[in-house]
Amino acid sequence: MSDLNAFRQETRDWLEQNCPPSMRTPANNAEDACWGGRNWVFKSEEQKQWLERMAAKGWTAPTWPTEYGGGGLDKAEAKILKEELARIKARSPLDSFGIWMIGPALLQFGSEELKQQHLPPIVRGEIRWCQGYSEPGAGSDLAGLQCKGEDMGDHFIANGQKVWTSYGDKADWMFCLLRTDPDAKKQMGISLVLFDMTTPGVTPKPIKLISGSSPFCETFLDNVRVEKNQVVGEVNQGWTIAKYLLTHEREMIGGFGLTGAGSETLGQIAAKTVGVENGRINSPLLRADVLKWEIDAASFALTAERVTDEVKSGQGVGATSAMLKYYGTELNKRRFELMMKIHGSDAMIWDGADSNGGWVPRSWLRTKGNSIEGGTSEVQLNIIAKNILGLG
Amino acid sequence: MALVINEEQQMLKDSAQGFLAEFAPVSELRKLRDEGSETGYNPDLWRQMVEMGWAAILVPEAYGGLEFGHVGMGQIVEQSGRTLTASPLFSTAIMGVSLINLAASEEQKAQLLSAIAAGELTTTLAVDEKIHHGPTQISMSAARQGDHYLLNGEKRAVVDGHSADKLIVAVRSSGEAGQQSGISLFLVDRNAAGVTVERTEMVDSRNSAIVRFADVRVSAADMLGAEGEGFAPLSAALDIGNVYLAAEMLGIAQESFERTLQYLKERKQFGVLIGSFQALQHRAAHWWSEVELCKSVVLKALQSLDEGDAKSPLLASIAKAKLCEVSELATNEAIQMHGGIGMTDEYEIGFFIKRARPAAMLYGDYNYHGDRYAQLCGY
Repeated sequence: MSDLNAFRQETRDWLEQNCPPSMRTPANNAEDACWGGRNWVFKSEEQKQWLERMAAKGWTAPTWPTEYGGGGLDKAEAKILKEELARIKARSPLDSFGIWMIGPALLQFGSEELKQQHLPPIVRGEIRWCQGYSEPGAGSDLAGLQCKGEDMGDHFIANGQKVWTSYGDKADWMFCLLRTDPDAKKQMGISLVLFDMTTPGVTPKPIKLISGSSPFCETFLDNVRVEKNQVVGEVNQGWTIAKYLLTHEREMIGGFGLTGAGSETLGQIAAKTVGVENGRINSPLLRADVLKWEIDAASFALTAERVTDEVKSGQGVGATSAMLKYYGTELNKRRFELMMKIHGSDAMIWDGADSNGGWVPRSWLRTKGNSIEGGTSEVQLNIIAKNILGLG
Repeated sequence: MALVINEEQQMLKDSAQGFLAEFAPVSELRKLRDEGSETGYNPDLWRQMVEMGWAAILVPEAYGGLEFGHVGMGQIVEQSGRTLTASPLFSTAIMGVSLINLAASEEQKAQLLSAIAAGELTTTLAVDEKIHHGPTQISMSAARQGDHYLLNGEKRAVVDGHSADKLIVAVRSSGEAGQQSGISLFLVDRNAAGVTVERTEMVDSRNSAIVRFADVRVSAADMLGAEGEGFAPLSAALDIGNVYLAAEMLGIAQESFERTLQYLKERKQFGVLIGSFQALQHRAAHWWSEVELCKSVVLKALQSLDEGDAKSPLLASIAKAKLCEVSELATNEAIQMHGGIGMTDEYEIGFFIKRARPAAMLYGDYNYHGDRYAQLCGY
């Protein structure tokens, strides 16, 4: 235990020395996030410093092994780091699909060569990744994907169309599901492959959403050469890895239901916009909705904590990611419906000087996708019913 | 602290589950109801509980107790929600012990706590006077006369009011209803002159009473804590009580869920199991998700009681509010998914909805605790 206390003290001291002042203020909007990659333009010198210093410690990926550039921390140490970061309200040094998604899959299923090649640049924020999963004809029924990879001996030639590629136009590499055996049963002929987005024949096109922004692309693959040594795991065995990755994605999206450390609560915001009389928000009906949301959000945050602790102590069932995804995204949708009510007519302003770029209505519209992406709420309920409750 | 129970607590949970399933299943509550039991619980069962040390779990070691803590006791109470077990565990071993621990003098503790731990004394709290919970809404008067007080007034929804040996009564010794100051706690013998108890038959077949006090003489030595300073210990004890009511409702929510899930896997209509219908699958999956959230809030609230955390009042209200909501969902869905058979008295599922509502109402329902939570958060 004293080792952990010493680790906490060292961590605290190091953060004190190395976390720049502007990185200890709450992020105002999505624009404040740091995604890294070849084409990344840092918003400030301090944003760059913060990433470089954390990456040098391996703390952008705290639990990854040091041989791949990670922090090499055990779970208890990683929890302490997280707590100390939260204590000083530090921003995330790097948001990354590399760290959240393909990295864990490579650690679990990738060859030594792939790990050496891809993990260190992910930790350093040098390569930004995107996911090529969904297709126009394969949404909830993902295993019905049709993008094909034709076996040419030492490489595949990929053809087809991917959709909902997050930041496909900004990414450097894609992890992508291809049908490499057209004759095998649905789930059996799929491979997970990696390729550079600058490979000839790869064309990402942004999709404009109801929120006005374009965080997703449709990506066209036209005779794209994919090297065989860039297959993760075995050829035609990609579905298992794809499901593993979806679990990570679900947990990540479910985490959207958690309010960030240091940010204002709905109750505090409503108290300001609606006013308080005798210690109570002036609108009784709004107050009732806000407190119900806050109680659910607190319960959800504790559940995310409990699930993590149970897995750590070996008690967990490990099948709860569907529940966290379902509940977290529904919670986030409710949160932004309330934000719209709390901000009144200001919430209708799409653009303008005081509207923070229409942050409230645009975020509200964006949340509608939370319960669709990464498996719809209905698919999550199916998973719970079948896999956990045993209902056929 | 990690949000998990440790090995010792798990063992207690397992042994409580085994014991209650064998000696105090739902059929025992039905028997108490149908036979019109005078005590409202089985004294032999209570004796067994005492022998297993359950009455002593929250009693400090210094007073002959086990001092095993709230997380441990919470496991027993959760299991008792699954079996709907009637006993003085809540009124005596939880509310009585907590109030005495929080308010009483060393001398009173030495005498009363060891008596409770030994199963020689049962107690209860008499607090509410109106049909809705309000721990400051106390009008019952205590007028000082030399070294005595004269108590006058009426208390409602007193759990085990007709069977407890001693009542811990929250009264007003000064000020007026609505104020926190001026509330005092007295230990009153249930058989004292001027005390009349009207046992009320409840929807859950559990013990509750209206207790009336007419010029009841109590000695100043029977006051718990200082005169007019009773609100702080009362409020802290109510937080404890509410966390245990949440734990009991967690047991109810889980048991009614599991029984319903079993039914979905047995009942056939249109030639197939009804559990194959997506309309029911999604509702069951949502219900299960809500129960998962409930497990987390109850455990966190129990842990915070053990740690003496300043956040205990907040967590108690979160836990109570959330469990009021989910136990309502759970018991309503249980009846609906069972269909017609769920409406029959013969089938046990109906006992759960009938206990869930009184447990939610006692010491503040969803509306009370939602409002309290928001106020504690400053809005």
